[in-house]
This record gives sequence, structure tokens and C-alpha cells, in this order.
Amino acid sequence: MIPELGHVALACALCLAIAQGFFGLAGPIFNKPGWSAATKPVSVGHFVFVAIAYAALTYAHVVNDFSVAYVAAQSNLALPVIYRIAGVWGGHEGSMLLWALMLAGWGGLLGVYTKRIPLSLASKVLGVMGVVSVGFLWFTLATSNPFERLIPAPMDGRDLNPLLQDFGLVIHPPLLYMGYVGFAVAFSFAVAAMIEGKVEKEWARWVRPWTAAAWGFLTIGIALGSWWAYYELGWGGWWFWDPVENASFMPWLAGTALLHSLAVTERRGLFKGWSLLLAVSAFSLSLLGTFLVRSGVLVSVHAFATDPSRGMFILGMLVFFIGTALALYAWRAPQLAQKGGFAVLSRETFLLANNMLFVVATLLILFGTLYPLFLDGLGLGKISVGPPYFNTVFIIPTLPLVLLMGLGMHSTWKKTDWSQLKGKLWPFALAVFLFALIVPLVVYRQFGIMKFIGILLGCWVMAVAFIDPVRYWWRKKSLRGYSRTMISMAVAHFGVGLFVIGVTMVETYGIARDIGMRPGDTVTVEDYSFTLTGTRNVQGPNYSAVRGEVIVEKGGDEVTRLYPEKRTYLVQQNPMTEAAIHPRLHRDIFVAMGEPLGQGAWSMRIQYKPYIRFIWLGALVMALGAFFGMTDKRYHVRREDEVTEQAKPAAGGKLQEGTA
Amino acid sequence: MKSLKYLLPALAFLVLAGFFYRGLFLNPRTVPSPLIGKPAPVFELEELSNPTEIFATSDMLGKPALLNVWATWCVGCRQEHSFLMQLARSGEIQMYGMNLRDERPKALDWLNRLGNPYAKVAFDPDGMGSLDWGVYGSPETFLIDPQGIIVYKHLGPLGPQAWMEEFRPRIAAMQGGMQ
Repeated sequence: MIPELGHVALACALCLAIAQGFFGLAGPIFNKPGWSAATKPVSVGHFVFVAIAYAALTYAHVVNDFSVAYVAAQSNLALPVIYRIAGVWGGHEGSMLLWALMLAGWGGLLGVYTKRIPLSLASKVLGVMGVVSVGFLWFTLATSNPFERLIPAPMDGRDLNPLLQDFGLVIHPPLLYMGYVGFAVAFSFAVAAMIEGKVEKEWARWVRPWTAAAWGFLTIGIALGSWWAYYELGWGGWWFWDPVENASFMPWLAGTALLHSLAVTERRGLFKGWSLLLAVSAFSLSLLGTFLVRSGVLVSVHAFATDPSRGMFILGMLVFFIGTALALYAWRAPQLAQKGGFAVLSRETFLLANNMLFVVATLLILFGTLYPLFLDGLGLGKISVGPPYFNTVFIIPTLPLVLLMGLGMHSTWKKTDWSQLKGKLWPFALAVFLFALIVPLVVYRQFGIMKFIGILLGCWVMAVAFIDPVRYWWRKKSLRGYSRTMISMAVAHFGVGLFVIGVTMVETYGIARDIGMRPGDTVTVEDYSFTLTGTRNVQGPNYSAVRGEVIVEKGGDEVTRLYPEKRTYLVQQNPMTEAAIHPRLHRDIFVAMGEPLGQGAWSMRIQYKPYIRFIWLGALVMALGAFFGMTDKRYHVRREDEVTEQAKPAAGGKLQEGTA
Repeated sequence: MKSLKYLLPALAFLVLAGFFYRGLFLNPRTVPSPLIGKPAPVFELEELSNPTEIFATSDMLGKPALLNVWATWCVGCRQEHSFLMQLARSGEIQMYGMNLRDERPKALDWLNRLGNPYAKVAFDPDGMGSLDWGVYGSPETFLIDPQGIIVYKHLGPLGPQAWMEEFRPRIAAMQGGMQ
């Protein structure tokens, strides 16, 4: 009964989405403010019905209703309740429903928080959100109904993929999807603006907080995915450049470019075409990711072979949404009026360079991800280009990007005085240069060009990020009146620095040792010695495992005891490696069990990972910066106050000028 | 003319969508290699664990053989490895490896840790040897008959199903032909 209710609620949600799309777009066109105003409550109702459907599916999982085919495929009587709840998005149908839920959620939020946006624009934005939602709800209902019954119901379910039975996977997909789908808001704003045929500075101000929110979620989502891969796949790597990861990384790159382009559009009324194109691209790349992952064109041929209608449907949606938006762009972008220019050395130039480098990185990664498909389409066979390609094409644009970031943060709009910029930054540049020389030589006694460049760039960004806020605080003894947007930028850029340091240290000073060990054997890695005392069999709720005990010592003192496991899940019978990790801010010790070598011996993977936590910490700090930026006062001005606000001269003098 | 550049994204996307459309109707794993039915290309490469030894195509003649192209950076290779180990233990066929665009210590680590199913492994750090074989990536697995003719090529991770359906009948046919 409950699953049927969910199914009906989903159908109702589709009807409301159609209404939202129609009234939202037709209202302004036929000049019916009543229709336009109606889209706001409709968008909330739309969310409520998707939420009911989602709750119904969650209920079916929690009570293990195996007469629902999806539950039978994803759940099991022995599965802990938390993984039953997370199992809702463990498969294709449920993750599409989560997509739809997030999309309707963002739409509902837009319906509530668009009071200060002119009704005709707000209505179009909601209309576009409605149309996008129609696509996804229709797709879910037509090809991926999660409420399909399975008669007769099996006695027990096939269990959740053991890889997904993990806390990281409980929170990773919802955050990732929040980000993915959140770019639909920027996309809708861009399409609405293109329908109106004008992009004002205010437009950029309205889009910015939404984009920042989506970007923040996506950043955390990607970081969690990386963290999960690190401890769960048992290799100790943190990024694999596989198509699924790239699918989440490309929207992130485009979204980052968009955030920076919007800053120029808001402050100077420039880069309007760029902002529109990037807003369309960020969401298009999210859709593309969904297509690649869900159609099986690149990853798994089997998903496609069983149901070609899915791939075709998503491709149709892709062509409709992206094609329409890009056609609109080709039509409207040439007509956008832009006034004002900027000097060769100015903040605009740095932001333009940022945009160019991000776009280049995105295209190179897109090309690498799709290259197999191109060759295949031309009848040349299947390939995978692998990390060597991606590492190279990603590092090349990243190095200048990080270097210019430090300069761009301290340049001024319109025209930057080079001697002033130089005067402000050279002590930091010198200090960082010496630091990057000394640390590898003195502390690690091991010098390399990548070590030097990485430490130099990471410390450079971190060193200069807080110059302005600290100076302001020094003068006024408080940060009141200092632009929150500027603080958020400083924080996010500081996060980039942490990330760069983390990557550099792990990749250049990390140690990985694969070795066969018998009980009693001792291995030394860095300053640590590892002794395998023995292994024993243990039973989990739905798996059995061999657990090893490794004593880690440093200078004769015990640091910790680690318990890596090799698990076999009872239902699906896959072996799983549970690595044991001893984390500290400045290093991780990572021990994983490989294969049994006979006579009690095991192949063990022992790794020393300096500063690997900085990679995820950096991403968290970036996201924190983005969220903090949303609290800036100017995003919360009511529409009535807006006129007076604009009439006032910009207060705060010189520092306020830097507001980005 | 100036406004034409604004059409570029739309045009690029159309081309992309065309490829996606084709991609839906292609099964990337069944695209035949142009080398099937032809003699296996000749290579002479260093053996992975013993750099002084040369492993050449001619070493694989005389018995049905598998040549599996792998690398430590390749996720699919990791996935198929346990099946390769099973296959090697069963002794059904002589298995050779070609280590593609990799580093020797990493590749040796991999074999120490996961087991070595190969009789010999060709070390191909710059990918020049595998290029002649029409290898675009990894994993790929070639089935070679005793006369050194490539009989079949499998793209992507090898699993029990492909082994039963594609490899076994062909190997049986070879052995039947010899008697």
C-alpha cells in the first residue's frame, strides 16, 4: 500500500512540475502576473510530493518490504538500519529519485526565497526549474520506477553492495547530488535571463549565493568521495580519474569558473556572455555526468544492454536541455550590451585568466573522459587513457592558476598599480621562496622540483590570503564592516593552499610498501616499525572476516595497534579490504591486508601518507568559505530597500573597493 | 560574422551528442580488432622481473596462449586480476602479460601482492610494443593460437562469462584442429 502511495505521489509531483513549468514560463509571456505568482506555492507543493514519494521508498527499505523489486535488490534482513536508509540511493532507481528530490528541494527553496527578485524573472527561473524537473520525474516514472512490485516476494533481499556499506557512502551521494543539482538553479537563472534578453549586475548578485551554495556542497561531496575511496578501496589512493569521478569534477571546475566570472559581472557588468555560458555549462556537465554514469556508455556496458531505453531517454533530455540553452545563448549572447573596459593589469584580467585556465582544464578532462567514446564511435576500438594523461593535463593549467591566484586577490578593479602590488607582496614572495627551499632540504633532506614548486605555490596562496583582513583587524581591532565576501574569498583560497600542500606532500614524500609478512615479522617504514602479531577470524553482522593485528612503534614506544580486515560479505560473497588507518593531522599510517600467502602469511600494504588530511581539510575550508560568503549583507537586502541601497555611495572607502 | 562564435558551443555540443547517440548502439567490448586472423605483431621487450631477459612474440608459439595487457594504474586490471589468478591456477592455458606504460617497481609490487598469473611479462614503459598490437588502453586480452595467429581480442576486464562464451569454444576449436 505504502509503495503505491509513493508511486501516486510521484505522479502528482510530475503534474505539479508540469504546472510549474507552464505557468512559470507562460505567465510573463502572456503577461498574467497571477500565473507567475502561482508558481511559487506550486514549487513548494512539487517538493512536498516528491518528498512523500521518497519517504515511501525509505519506509519500504526500513521495514524490508521485499515485494518491492528495488528493495529486494538493495536490502537484506541482516543489513543494519542505517544502511537500509542509505540503500535507498544505492541503486539506479533510488538515486534518480534522490536527484528528483534535490531538484524539487532547490526549486522549493527558490519559491520561498525569491521575494526580492522581480516577479517576471523569478517566475521564469522557477518555470525552467519546473521543466528540468519534468524531465527527471518523467524519466524516473517511465524507465526507472523504484516502486515496481516483485510477485512473489522473495524471502530475503540480495543485500547492498558491500562497498556501499560504509559511513562515507551514507553522506557522500546526498551532498554530491546537492551540488550537482544545485547548479540547476544557476542554469535556470541563465536561461531565464536569456529569454528576457538582458543580464544586469543585479542578476549576477541574485545568482551568486545559489551558485556558491551548490558549489560548496559539491566540493564537500567530492572530498567525501575521495576520502571514502582512500580508506574503503584499500589502495590508499585518493583520486583515480575514473569516469564517475571525472563526472563530478567537471561540473566543479565549470562551477568554480562561474563563481569567478559572476564576481566580474556583478561588480563591473562585464563577462556577461561568459557567466551565461558557464552557468549553462556547469549544469550541462552535471547532466552529462548523469548520462555517462547511468547509460553505461562508458562505464558498464551491462546497464545499457539490459535497458537501452534509459540511455536513449537521458540522451534525449540532454539534447533538449543543453541544446535549447546553447541555442538561446547563440541567439542572445551577441546582443548583450557591455560597457566599460579594463587595463591589462587589473583584477578583471586575473579573473579572465582564471576562467580561461579552468575552462581549459575542464575541456582537457572532458576530452580524456570521452576519448574512448570518440574512438569507439569512429570504429577504432575501446581505450582508457588512464591517470598519466589526466595528471599531466591537470597539473599544467593548475600551476599558473595557483600562482596568479595570489596576485589576483590583491589586484584592484579596472586598473592595478604594479609597483603597489609588488610593494605589498614581495616580502611574502621572498619568505615563501626561502621556506620552500629550506623545508625539503633541511627537514626532509630530499629535494625535487615538484616538491619545491608544490610547497612554494601552496604556501604562497596561504601566506597572502589573509593579508587584507589581518591589516583591517589590526587597524580597527575588529572585523566589523569588512566585506564578508572578501573574507569568504580569503578563506576559500586558503583552502586551496592547504589542498596544494596536501597533494604535494602525499605525492612526493608518501611511502608505500607492499610486503609479505608472517606473524612476528617486523617491517620499518619511515621512523615507524610495524609488527604483525597474528590474525584471527571475526564475525560481523553480515560478513565474516580475517582480522590482523599490527603493532606500530616509533623509537621503541608503541604508537598504536591497527586491525586491518579482509571481509567476505555473506550474501554477495565479495571479498572486501578494510584498511586500518592511524590518522594524525600531519600524517596517516595506513595498513591493509592483501591476499593470504599460505602458512599464516599475508601480503600487507603499509603506507606512510604525510599531510594527506590537508587534501580533504582544504576542500572543507573551501566549502566553508563559499557558505560564509552567502551571509554577506548585500544578498539579503529586500527589494523595496534596494533602490535606496543603490543610491547610497559605496561606504567603507578603499577596502570596500576590493569587494568581489 | 562576429556573432558566429557564439554558435560554437551549440555546434560542439551537437557533434558530442552525435557521438553519444552512436555510443548507445555500440557495445564497446565487441569492436573487432583489425588484427584478428592476422599473425601476432613481433615485439622484443625486456622481461619485467628480469631486465636482462628478452621476451619476444616467438616465445608464445606452440601452444594456445593468452596475452593480457595490464598496468598498475588501471582499475579494470585490478578487477580482473583475481579471475586471472584462478585461470592460471587451473592451468587451462598459458598466460603471458604485457605491462603497459608503468614503472617497474610498482608493477613488481603489484605481482608480489596480488599474485603473478603470467609465465612471462613484457615490460613496455613507453607503450611502443603494445602500439603495434593495436592496444589503446588496458585491460585487453588477446587469444593467440599455436601458430601465432591472433584469434580473439577481449576489451575490458576478463570475467568468467566472457571466458566461457568467447574463449573456451575458440580454444577447443584450436585443439580440435590440431588433432
